[in-house]
Amino acid sequence: MSDDPFEAIKVTFFQECSELLGDLETNLLALETGEGDIETINAVFRAVHSVKGGAGAFGLEDLVRFAHVFETLMDELRSGRKECDDVTVKTLLRASDVLADHIAAAQGTGAPVDAARSAGLVAELEVLTHGQATPAVAAAPVVADEDDFGFKPLTLDLADFGAPAELPSLDLPALDLPSLDLPDLAAPSAAALTAGWRIVFRPHPRLYASANDVSLLLRELTRLGQTSVELDASGLPSLEALDAEDAHLIWTIVLTGDVTEAAVRDVFDFVEMDCDLSITALDGGSPSAETALPPLPVLDAAPAEPAFDLAALLAQAKAPVEAAPVAAPAPVAAAPKPVAPAAPAPAAPSPVASAPAAAPSAPAAVAPVTIRVDLDRVDRLINVVGELVIQQAMLAQRVMESGLARSSDIALGLEDLELLTRDIQDSVMAIRAQPVKSVFQRMPRLVREVAEMTGKRVRLVTSGEDTEVDKTVVERLAEPITHMLRNAIDHGLESPEEREAAGKPAEGTVRLAALHRSGRIVIEIADDGKGINRPRVRGIAVDRGLIAEDAVLTDDEVDNLIFLPGFSTAETITDVSGRGVGMDVVRRSIQALGGRISISSNPGKGSTFTLSLPLTLAVLDGMVVSAAGQTLVAPLSAIVESLTPRIEDVHYVGGHDAVIRFREEFVPMVDVGRVMGFRDDATTLTGGVVMIVETEAGSRAALLVDAINGQRQVVIKSLETHYRQVDGVSAATILGDGSVALILDIDALVIAGHRKSNRPELKMAS
Amino acid sequence: MTKTILTVDDSRTMRDMLMLALKGAGYRVVQAEDGVHGLEVLRAENPDIVITDINMPRMDGFGFIEGMRADPDHKATPVLVLTTESDAAKKQRAREAGATGWIVKPFDPAKLVDAVRRVAA
Repeated sequence: MSDDPFEAIKVTFFQECSELLGDLETNLLALETGEGDIETINAVFRAVHSVKGGAGAFGLEDLVRFAHVFETLMDELRSGRKECDDVTVKTLLRASDVLADHIAAAQGTGAPVDAARSAGLVAELEVLTHGQATPAVAAAPVVADEDDFGFKPLTLDLADFGAPAELPSLDLPALDLPSLDLPDLAAPSAAALTAGWRIVFRPHPRLYASANDVSLLLRELTRLGQTSVELDASGLPSLEALDAEDAHLIWTIVLTGDVTEAAVRDVFDFVEMDCDLSITALDGGSPSAETALPPLPVLDAAPAEPAFDLAALLAQAKAPVEAAPVAAPAPVAAAPKPVAPAAPAPAAPSPVASAPAAAPSAPAAVAPVTIRVDLDRVDRLINVVGELVIQQAMLAQRVMESGLARSSDIALGLEDLELLTRDIQDSVMAIRAQPVKSVFQRMPRLVREVAEMTGKRVRLVTSGEDTEVDKTVVERLAEPITHMLRNAIDHGLESPEEREAAGKPAEGTVRLAALHRSGRIVIEIADDGKGINRPRVRGIAVDRGLIAEDAVLTDDEVDNLIFLPGFSTAETITDVSGRGVGMDVVRRSIQALGGRISISSNPGKGSTFTLSLPLTLAVLDGMVVSAAGQTLVAPLSAIVESLTPRIEDVHYVGGHDAVIRFREEFVPMVDVGRVMGFRDDATTLTGGVVMIVETEAGSRAALLVDAINGQRQVVIKSLETHYRQVDGVSAATILGDGSVALILDIDALVIAGHRKSNRPELKMAS
Repeated sequence: MTKTILTVDDSRTMRDMLMLALKGAGYRVVQAEDGVHGLEVLRAENPDIVITDINMPRMDGFGFIEGMRADPDHKATPVLVLTTESDAAKKQRAREAGATGWIVKPFDPAKLVDAVRRVAA
């Protein structure tokens, strides 16, 4: 077997693991809140069991061992031998965290597992399982049973396979000729033979009922060495009295060759409980019979009932469920499997996929039918649909310009086309959409850990996990949400004592919610803690020189100071929300996704952070502007306000660096046409328009353009893949009139503006 | 003639492993994800051999085998049970349900194919 498919399955395994971990978490949380039942426990068991099974297949020993201990406890729980109490669920939750660590370590994506923590949990799980910790032995007898299959498949001529039924016939003639030369089993002439075994085998009805087949067992024996087989059918009742599902035959097989007893026993491995079996060494060695059979009356069988047809009988022995063969004697060799119906049509291309459709009556949660598609293909489709949208817009514009009546057939047809195009675009975008669940699912663990570290008691309530948003957005949401949750617990919530003193429940609540609002996704993180300490925030901002001591700020403005770079409310950086990154980092990563973040706080009652993000990164809400004859698009999310500048508000620093007074604040002006290199001379301000924009770092700038042409959704086209990276430009788009418009990279543009002005720092002029 | 094997397992990893090993050995493989699904595929495909896991949602392996044995068409179709447990109790339970034999996980492909060959007519 080549390595590649195996590696591919390993990838599948880790994908499946992450899904299983998600299920695990969901189910354990259900148990925690008391919503779980026996099926929930079963589901947890299965998840752990599947992880263990796969891990075993890939030889991931540590993972197997941990999963085994976990699974053993789950087995106790599901059998009802152990009650699933609160302590147990809490331990299981922590165990699922460690299981996740083991998986990440095995996958090579995580740090090595904290051995002490893992061992501690193993001990805890064992205490819960057995009432006490057992010595290390408890770990994994998983691979133990090698011997079950320890038989060595001999390399035999494969031709044997095809015609298994031949073999009973080898010696069958013997039965027809009572005077055959075989009964000399024990005779001295046998000494000429090499060593071998005499096997007496009497199947029970159960053997047949479990679809085992004597002829197959005989075939296995022939693979081991030379055989001769005898059938004792003396136990057979008369035909009328015959119960087709009963067992009446005794087989005696003489196997010669250099074969170990274990190899012989292995052949009977599946059926040893369902038959009488004696295996005796041919050279007169010690018999190893486990069921003593009466000595076989070797040959009184065959002639007993001359009426019966042996061939039919044999067929019947092989297929005891079907009485018919008695009536229709068939040559032995031709009836390998009378019960099996004809093979199904090989034409069915995907039997598994088609099967569920056949029986929609399946109870309970039917997993949604999904297909896996290469992301590249989806993106290509999105790209082409983007072109379609542009083409449609161009066509509509041309038709309008041609002066056709709005009620004309062509104009009406175009309107329908436009609706369809939008439909297609939405549907295609929906392919990339994913529920935020994958991110939300990671949070309970984080909350547990942060709560443990800070000594606070926290309940996390999530809602809207099924809210969908573009895959890339989902992926990049994890970090900011993690950060904000940490903050909410570390800075927002009080200690249990403080909370009780304030008349609140000792356990704090953090809400994490996702919802769609006006074409964007909104994520809210709310705590019921103490709220923002405004005097303190203000003090820090003054200390750090972020605001003037006498600045007049509204409550809202004070709250939003925490987003300023370099602001950190924790006097000592804690383990939890520390690492020197503050809310400014969160804000920057949200802005990088075209999003916005805001906070509202209520002293003593708690704070709510609200993130608002675009649903997709393939379409952008833009402001179409023109500068020096070029059409440009500015991302709407960056624009704070636009205004027509008045000459008296504009001041020049050092003679040529312009700033504009905007709400009692001076903001540097960036002449877009000049910075972009569309023209060299400075603009005259008259007739221009200024857009106040906010950079990701939170500073403001005033972009001077010639005119604002309107707001529009544009399809983002990467410039780098078609041309090259251009400073100040993040991407391009094609407008309805077919012209290409550049999408401005506000941050880069502002920085470029500073550079052009040749001044490291702008000071107020007046 | 190519033999058809039905594998019933809720784990995608395990299904892929079974598919890889059995296809490589020249069998035609059809798959199901749990016992209920397994019985549906069983009826639609009439496999020559069945391999089933024990722990599955909706209907476990024991239930699946019992359901299969209750169907006259599949009373004599060989069923191998996949089990990580090697203890006698699990095998006994599988046997009582009507299993023909078992395969202990983790299996290597050669062992799997060998076990299949042993019960395949």
